[in-house]
Amino acid sequence: MAEGTTVLEHQFDDLDQQREASSLGMWVFLITEIMFFGGLFAGYAVYRSTYPDAFAEAGLHLNVLVGAVNTAVLILSSLTMALAVHAAQVDRRKALVVFLLLTILLGTVFLGIKVFEYADKFRHELVPGYAFAFEGPHAREATIFFSFYFAMTGMHALHMIIGIGILAVLTVLVRRGRFSSEYYWPVELTGLYWHFVDIVWIYLFPLLYLIGRA
Amino acid sequence: MAAHIVPKRVYYLVFATLLLLTLVTVDVAFYDLGILSFPVAMLIATTKALLVIFYFMHVRYSSPLTWVFAIIGFFWLMILIGLTMADYLTRAWISLAGG
Amino acid sequence: MVTRTAEPRTHYLNVSYGVMSWLLTLDHKRIALLYLISITLFFFLGGAFAVLIRLELLTPAGDLVESETYNKLFTMHGVIMVFFFLIPSIPAVLGNFLIPMMIGARDLAFPRLNLASWYIYTLGGLFTLVAAIFGGVDTGWTFYTPYSSIYSNTHVILTALGVFIVGFSSVLTGINFIVSIHKMRAPGLTWFRLPLFIWAHYATSLIFVLGTPVLAIAIVLVALERVFGFGIFDPALGGDPILFQHLFWFYSHPAVYIMILPAMGVVSEVIACFARKRVFGYKFVAFSSLAIAALGFLVWGHHMFVSGQSVFASLVFSFLSMLVAIPSAIKVFNWTATLYRGAIAHDAPMLYAFGFIGLFTIGGLTGIFLATTAVDVHVHDTYFIVAHFHYIMVGGAVMGYLGGLHFWWPKMTGRMYPEGWAKLGALLIFVGFNLTFFPQFLLGYLGMPRRYHFYPDEFQVLNVMSTAGASILGVGYLIPMVFFLWSLRYGSAAGANPWDAKGLEWQTPSPPPPHNFPETPVVKEEAYAYSSQEAERG
Repeated sequence: MAEGTTVLEHQFDDLDQQREASSLGMWVFLITEIMFFGGLFAGYAVYRSTYPDAFAEAGLHLNVLVGAVNTAVLILSSLTMALAVHAAQVDRRKALVVFLLLTILLGTVFLGIKVFEYADKFRHELVPGYAFAFEGPHAREATIFFSFYFAMTGMHALHMIIGIGILAVLTVLVRRGRFSSEYYWPVELTGLYWHFVDIVWIYLFPLLYLIGRA
Repeated sequence: MAAHIVPKRVYYLVFATLLLLTLVTVDVAFYDLGILSFPVAMLIATTKALLVIFYFMHVRYSSPLTWVFAIIGFFWLMILIGLTMADYLTRAWISLAGG
Repeated sequence: MVTRTAEPRTHYLNVSYGVMSWLLTLDHKRIALLYLISITLFFFLGGAFAVLIRLELLTPAGDLVESETYNKLFTMHGVIMVFFFLIPSIPAVLGNFLIPMMIGARDLAFPRLNLASWYIYTLGGLFTLVAAIFGGVDTGWTFYTPYSSIYSNTHVILTALGVFIVGFSSVLTGINFIVSIHKMRAPGLTWFRLPLFIWAHYATSLIFVLGTPVLAIAIVLVALERVFGFGIFDPALGGDPILFQHLFWFYSHPAVYIMILPAMGVVSEVIACFARKRVFGYKFVAFSSLAIAALGFLVWGHHMFVSGQSVFASLVFSFLSMLVAIPSAIKVFNWTATLYRGAIAHDAPMLYAFGFIGLFTIGGLTGIFLATTAVDVHVHDTYFIVAHFHYIMVGGAVMGYLGGLHFWWPKMTGRMYPEGWAKLGALLIFVGFNLTFFPQFLLGYLGMPRRYHFYPDEFQVLNVMSTAGASILGVGYLIPMVFFLWSLRYGSAAGANPWDAKGLEWQTPSPPPPHNFPETPVVKEEAYAYSSQEAERG
């Protein structure tokens, strides 16, 4: 049975058109994500330029090593995701499942480390609105730094959780034989989303963890 | 038009480069580059982002339409940040009549 | 009036029956009608709030409702009209119905996303409705901080959540339109053969995807501040309330182009048909749509001239705001040139198009006054602003929406509406509208502030005129409501092309078959290929 013919949707003329449309759709969606996180980055830019010392001081309370490890974990997960897409394109189902599961695992490790970091903030009372006991001359503005820390990494983590959920669903579908080298692009589109979330972290890491270190 | 299949060794190379750039950016952060600290950090981050975009996200092998939308996204982000900052950076420039 | 029984032909309305066949439909035409129902409900809800506002303003004293209640009235009026009526209206109803047909496709690129979009809209509407029932919100539709983030005791988050959710609906629609227009045009349908309605919706969709997410994050930040006490807009912590305004208006200014561009698309279609002429300067109009979308993102600071924004930034935004008027003006000139030596018919859709051109021009010109910082400083937050944006949004966008509904009603339903009543409705709306809002220009100029429910005695005459106009306007809106419903059962059967219009949507029966065309059309001619004899014959 040619599996491809059962996946062609009625509004499309052929699978190529369907694939191109789906891909374009994902890219347009990623634009919305750029602008969504963009609002947070804009706010961050405003306050960092207004309160450079406060931000530098507050940033020292983040653990560079932990942040760097998390960055490496996420980059590795992008590799496994890219390898998953590759496996899907060449119809290597077992490899595809392995790489999807690895990506999920790495994403979960990332989130676990973030939980550890958040717990640490709670313990040190660096959570605005809940318990904030910042020592230093810039306690007021440091609140803003930590507000952005939680808002930005929290929003990022939410996107990771959603991504892991999608990957899990994808893995189940792969196991059920839904995809082939003729119809694989849901894996590719999930990859686009995953890589985008990685890119957000690529910027978050230096902006939050690497200021005031010199 | 079938999609291009990127060879795995390209992925491994990009991965290694990304890890290396991460190490670089952490290392550089501990040097006092003064006003250059921020631009350098952003340059490294952007290089990493571009590697992910071009190779992991296949933009290097994609149609011009994909390029256009990828560029539009970042360009519009620059509009948001740029024009907003234009307010904050210039508040001291011209004062209103009466102080 | 002879009513022919429904033809035995299968079309999208009779291909299946039952509530579930509607609630689970993937047909863009049915989804468009689902939106029509929801949007109409919200229009009348928002209108009900307007009625209460105008009733209160009949007398100088604030004697109908308390101040706190009045704050909630104008807030709910604004929130509902902007987010649940104006922004979705033309794209979700006419765009959804027509775009696949105009490009010769069987459906949009992502039908399931389209249905999801309607459900998300409904969910968002529900949240806002519940918020209204539980006492509403009093921050103004603009949700300015720190009042919204710290001090207001009303249902800010619930309402804002409704707006956040409905934003996703917009985004999904935008994605669907962009991809469909890029990837699903029929053979021979090059970009410059597309109807200008498509160009307008393409530009609108770009705004949907680029702007809406920034509003979303602005709402999230307000919610975080309210719920968790994050200090982002709190001056006590060094935060800047103006940052919210930047994020809010980054979306909300382009949002007004979301409201007007589709209406401009409608006007292009209607004028070409009822002047029997191709649109003059097609490429100029097409590129102007894109220019409006792009430039519209560069001007948001003109809402913030008196907020504390830097004077330098205000100058920049003022200059850029002047620029954005240019493509709009280009369109008006081109429509006028289209009318010149055309064979002009005065059917109801054309009356609405005329109304649009006149009223949009007035609204747009007053926008130039407001872009001039020195003028805005005096009339900001007065009724001058209120009049300005109502001229554009009601005189412009709503007229465009109604004109479009009239024009494509026969296509969507297979029924003609009664032309005499339609003309009466259009007339009442035009007269009622001007009587409502022109006095408000005067009131604002004389200094009456907006969002106040009491005012000095000398403003009463103009306010009474405005309220009188509003009642005429209300009657005017009810008339089409009634006859459209009436026409569903008693309207004469419309053929495939009652207007003898050009455009792929008219080349298929009314109502259209489920997949729009028996076979994919091949396009060989330009848009609006009305013969020159047709024009000269008039």
